[in-house]
Amino acid sequence: MNERVIEILEDIRPDVDFEAENKLIDDDILDSFDIIAIVQEFNEEYDININPDDLEAENFNDVKSMVKLIHKLQEEDF
Amino acid sequence: MIYNVLEYLESSKNKFPNKTVFSENERKYSYQELINISKKIGTSLSKNIDNDNTPIAVLMEKGIDSLATYFGIVYSGHPYSPIDNEMPIKRIKLILEVLDFPIVVTDDNGMNILKTIKYTGKIINFNQAISDEIDDNILNTIRNKHIDTDPLYIIFTSGSTGVPKGVVLNHKNIIDLVEWIVPALKFDENTVFGNQTPFFFDASVKDIYSTIKCGATLEIIPKKFFGMTGRLFEYLVEKKINTILWATSALCIAANEKIFEIKIPKTLKTIAFAGEALPINALNIWKKYLPEAKYVNLYGPTETAVDCTYYILDNNFTYKDNIPIGNPCKNIDILLIKDNKKANPGEIGEIYVRGTSVSMGYYNNKEKSNEAFIQNPLNNKYNEIVYRTGDIGVYNEKGELLFLTRKDDQIKHRGYRVEIGEIENALNSLEGIDRACCVFNEDKDLIICIYVGNIDKKEIILEIKKIIPKYMWPNRFIKLTELPISINGKIDRDYLRKKYCNE
Repeated sequence: MNERVIEILEDIRPDVDFEAENKLIDDDILDSFDIIAIVQEFNEEYDININPDDLEAENFNDVKSMVKLIHKLQEEDF
Repeated sequence: MIYNVLEYLESSKNKFPNKTVFSENERKYSYQELINISKKIGTSLSKNIDNDNTPIAVLMEKGIDSLATYFGIVYSGHPYSPIDNEMPIKRIKLILEVLDFPIVVTDDNGMNILKTIKYTGKIINFNQAISDEIDDNILNTIRNKHIDTDPLYIIFTSGSTGVPKGVVLNHKNIIDLVEWIVPALKFDENTVFGNQTPFFFDASVKDIYSTIKCGATLEIIPKKFFGMTGRLFEYLVEKKINTILWATSALCIAANEKIFEIKIPKTLKTIAFAGEALPINALNIWKKYLPEAKYVNLYGPTETAVDCTYYILDNNFTYKDNIPIGNPCKNIDILLIKDNKKANPGEIGEIYVRGTSVSMGYYNNKEKSNEAFIQNPLNNKYNEIVYRTGDIGVYNEKGELLFLTRKDDQIKHRGYRVEIGEIENALNSLEGIDRACCVFNEDKDLIICIYVGNIDKKEIILEIKKIIPKYMWPNRFIKLTELPISINGKIDRDYLRKKYCNE
């Protein structure tokens, strides 16, 4: 899943090295427009529903946290 | 009568010396502290430069220190020009060139940027400037020479030729704005502004100068909260923010019913949006959860001191589309012009602005100034400069002004004013691109780039990142083997718009 997530992220922000960055939110690398685009893509790709509650820096600071969030939401669906 | 914006600051300091004026996260300045720091900076700068109205650029991270620096520059008798350290390097370079290599006040991060571009002008470090002692004699001499048509700030907007235009605003322009907005929207010392807009964008001028006029407080909201709306709302409540004058795009992002169901920022009493009309769906969400708040649509270009018309929404009325931009602000006259004559009632025309708030034109750019700042077409008897906005509007049956469209390629994208020409210039300057053209999908707020060349999206972004800010990057890229040409030999934009904006 990691690779696909990075693919999605790179399509939104081709200029960011997602494998290296781990403070995407705290360092203001992603802005509000990026977050909205990412949430929309994840919701469609993984058939999940990212809630406002999930919109926390710790869920989006790096790829690992985003994958974790997607897994968590997929499990909740079952 | 007020001649200098510093009089607002000083009069509020006399009333509320220890009250917080500007705050960011846990850091804050009281009115007294702000004046002390600004006077130190003012003293330090005045020793380095003649008092001759040349601009001083500020390349600093957004925060209370950049605000103190702006006022320090005003104390030194010069106009300031805010430059964002997140701007692309080439743009920073261009702006400094337009300003004729001014003195730059900067922080450590800005210092690195200036080193990278091998800046040849004088650089003053913020920490060095605040280590000076205040010299009231120097500052008083400067103040005594001041007149209200001296320039106050220069803010840059997108230029269609690829060179940003620096709009010069004087003290009187901004005093005119403040004297209207404070009573019109009923701001007072209990107002707590929640600042969203960047300082290099003139919408922030309302926040800053209304605050110092009223003895109010301005809270700078950290940028990262704007993607995390739940956190944003908590922050508004925690800081007791009751007034927000935001870009429409920021209000749209926050208009999320699920978040309102969890947390309502009940402290908010006044919600104003500027840049473009708030879409009805977003408005209805805000109104549903905050029905008592006052909603205001503000309209105006940077060239006429931030706002020139406004419209306070009627909360009992159900808006269907196009919220009016309303009626002229106090001391401003709006002319709706068609074929150099006043448009007839119900007729569509171009919006011209007349009054004290009309700025002094573009810095170092006589050609562009002369195109936009022109003699009033309705008056050939004496000199009277008006500003032609390029915005097309019409009056509705209630006599309220409606914004309809632009007469050129200027767009509003993500709340920013952008010239399509500036994006295309940047794209066409890239080595791997033979020819590029952009069209704008207004409904989805997407800039679509159609190009011929041998590079891909990633390579393009990595290159234009150095030239134009992120809000100007195209959102979609379409590579063709050739661009369609219309009968008159130009790129057929209508065809491209029809084909790629309706996907």
